[in-house]
Amino acid sequence: MVRFILRRLLQVIPVFIGTTLLVYYMVFALPGDPIAALFGDRQPPQAVIDTLRAQYHLDEPFWVQYGLFLQNLFTFNLGNDFTGQPIAATLARVFPVTAMLAIEALAIQAIFGVAFGVFAGLRRGGWFDSTVLVASLVVIAVPTFVLGFVFQLVFGVQLGWAKPTVGANADWGSLLLPAVVLGLVSFAYVLRLTRASVSENMNADYVRTATAKGLSRPRVVVAHILRNSLIPVVTYLGANLGGLMGGAIVTEGIFNVPGVGNKLYQAVLRTEGPTIVSIVSVLVLVFVVANLLVDLLYAWLDPRIRYDQ
Amino acid sequence: MRFTRTSKALGMVAIAALALTGCGAGGGSTDSASQSAGDPNKVITAYNSEPQNPLLPANTNETNGGRVVELLFEGLRSYDADGKPVNALAESIESADAQNWTIKVKQGQKFTNGEAITAKTFVDSWNFAANSKNLQNNGFFFESIAGYEEVSAVTTEKSADGKTTTTPAPTAETMSGLTATDDSTLTVKLAQPEADWSLRLGYSAFYPLPSAALADPKTYGENPVGNGPYKFEKTGAWVHDQSISLVKNPDYTGPRQAKNGGVTFKFYTDPSPAYTDLQGDNLDITDVLPSNATKTYVSDFPDRNASKPVATNGTLNIPGYNPNFQGEAGKLRRQALSYAINREEITKVVFNGTRTPAKAFAPPVIDGFKADLKGSEVLKFDAAKAKDLWAQAEKLQPYDGSKPLQIASNTDGGHKEWIDAVANGFKNNLDITAEIQPFAKFAEVLDMRKKQTLPGLTRAGWQGDYPSLYNFLGPIWATGASSNYEKYSNPEFDKLLKEGLASKSTEEANAKFNAAQEILFEDLPGLPLWDYAKPIVWSNNVVKAETGWNGAILYYNITAK
Repeated sequence: MVRFILRRLLQVIPVFIGTTLLVYYMVFALPGDPIAALFGDRQPPQAVIDTLRAQYHLDEPFWVQYGLFLQNLFTFNLGNDFTGQPIAATLARVFPVTAMLAIEALAIQAIFGVAFGVFAGLRRGGWFDSTVLVASLVVIAVPTFVLGFVFQLVFGVQLGWAKPTVGANADWGSLLLPAVVLGLVSFAYVLRLTRASVSENMNADYVRTATAKGLSRPRVVVAHILRNSLIPVVTYLGANLGGLMGGAIVTEGIFNVPGVGNKLYQAVLRTEGPTIVSIVSVLVLVFVVANLLVDLLYAWLDPRIRYDQ
Repeated sequence: MRFTRTSKALGMVAIAALALTGCGAGGGSTDSASQSAGDPNKVITAYNSEPQNPLLPANTNETNGGRVVELLFEGLRSYDADGKPVNALAESIESADAQNWTIKVKQGQKFTNGEAITAKTFVDSWNFAANSKNLQNNGFFFESIAGYEEVSAVTTEKSADGKTTTTPAPTAETMSGLTATDDSTLTVKLAQPEADWSLRLGYSAFYPLPSAALADPKTYGENPVGNGPYKFEKTGAWVHDQSISLVKNPDYTGPRQAKNGGVTFKFYTDPSPAYTDLQGDNLDITDVLPSNATKTYVSDFPDRNASKPVATNGTLNIPGYNPNFQGEAGKLRRQALSYAINREEITKVVFNGTRTPAKAFAPPVIDGFKADLKGSEVLKFDAAKAKDLWAQAEKLQPYDGSKPLQIASNTDGGHKEWIDAVANGFKNNLDITAEIQPFAKFAEVLDMRKKQTLPGLTRAGWQGDYPSLYNFLGPIWATGASSNYEKYSNPEFDKLLKEGLASKSTEEANAKFNAAQEILFEDLPGLPLWDYAKPIVWSNNVVKAETGWNGAILYYNITAK
């Protein structure tokens, strides 16, 4: 078990170098002078531009720039972005906000997705099952940004139940509306996965045995059907966490959430290599850890799974 | 697997970048009539985005920081709603020869930390801003003052691979033309007479700075201490990427008295959520509308919107290095292009009246503007004339139409629609192929403009720094000027500008500047397109709001319900 975790953690290194190298190169290859872009129509004196270029090593070849970035990273000094703000402080500001958003969205989709899925799966073909199936299909078919704008307008502006945007001082309450939007599509997938898995396991031998032993219905459902049905769901949720952390650009944009997605979007517009790669580095770690957790959960869900040969 | 995830995420960013639109403008004009006393202690929330630099006035040359800096400081003069300069910290500003200026500074004025503001404060602040070592973006605003050359000096080194690097190398620490004879008297000697010099004194670059700012500009810029109608609510009132909270400065006595208790700037990365917030009264005012709202903002905010012409215009520049537009034939072709643009129709159909057809190289809100300058008839749409001029040019030198005529622009600011319309005008009236040359980012266009590698035309825009005709001519069209990217040069034009600057009266100066504009109409290095109007909308919490001459909201004048 420990060896398994260690091995997985060691895999992080090549993944990490590979991703940062690739992303750094893609940013490097973007056309346009990022310093000139900072200023727009009204350019500052050339000395200002040249000093900034030197400060951010923009005149150096790619390998030097990337090397300097790695060197900074390993000395835990991420440097400053083009507006002079320390990148570490930016990360410390944006990641908690997005983490809150992601956890809230994940909780919504996990709790409601699994619960609805179990009910639908147990009474396959019933009215609840049919309704939920159609409803989830609709949710999957509607793009997130449409859902976002509609929710924002209906609940934020017309009904006034929530603030239309999040803005400064994000907390669990203000993040609820974007979290619902963010979680809704995955909620539909979780529901469908759970439903399929549950209805398949219902006819499994061990369920029949458990029922024959005289176990109560709730015990059969929770301990035998549900637990064995969760493996595909957990796999999906684990992969989804990374997506929620990094891929919430559209939702964060609609609801003006001062999180990772928004920052990443701005950094890309400004061709700010160091900021983009710093964010991506943290995202890589999130992905790896989330996947590791999923793998460890497998053994708990299904004791037949072993990690060490 | 993880690789693809990451690159997918990046791909999504790129798509989002293309899909989102930048600033847009709205249309129509409605004056709200209801005017009550309002609540003088209520705090207004206003749209803004993260400022790019620490908040030092002489370093702030972008709108986001500008909105804040203008409220934190007061200068010798300040501009009223129509752009007329009025004395603020200055008791009087006098000059007999437009070269030697004597400014009497009001006594008893203080920064919010208690530090007194004297003539010496201005000497120190201006020397700091002009010094090339301090890398202030707006340092060049002091270029007229004698001794600027020395404090702003730089050395340029050329490395082996031909790259040039400019490094600051001031040969003096103070400008020789700047002296504080006593606490209340500031004398300024300019390098040459400049009639409109005192017009600039309301611009943010000329604001006074406390000594703490000069000692450690970066730290100071995080928590600036000023002398304006507002001050930071507390140390750390600037939460990066989120908000800046300002409260009324009770000790302020200038012309811009705050009629509300404070302004909290909420930061947005896109104007759309701000617009929704306004609809839900979760934000009080914005001067940036999403481009899809220009048609709807009047009906979305009945009695809660305003639109006013501002000192901003747009042009279509024709690089002189393009062989199709050189010589006598090139001149005829530039005129033909101008005649082929139906400004009247485009401003009506594409912009819903939020822009008005250009009548000159400067917008009408600028003092000295004249609508019927010699040569300005090229701004009128005339298909027959356009065809005729193009045909004449063909006889002199055939047009190379192997590639379509491209109009370069970033596409993230709602520019595509009007460029398509202009290109269609060229196609229909001149029988040439024309199209937009799209760029994802403004920086890419700028890069090509600077390197002079644009294959065709480019759009350009200019927002006035201070209300003067010169500001719309000098920085853009003078030989070697900072924003003259297409490198237009005409000695006669330069001479008239210089003479205009050296005039003793504003009227005399404006006559020279207008004569200079007639040369531009002759040469047509760029085609004036339209002048902007700035629409704003406000929430149910606000009684009434308006914008100033440059399109900036007069936040201090807003009253809350």
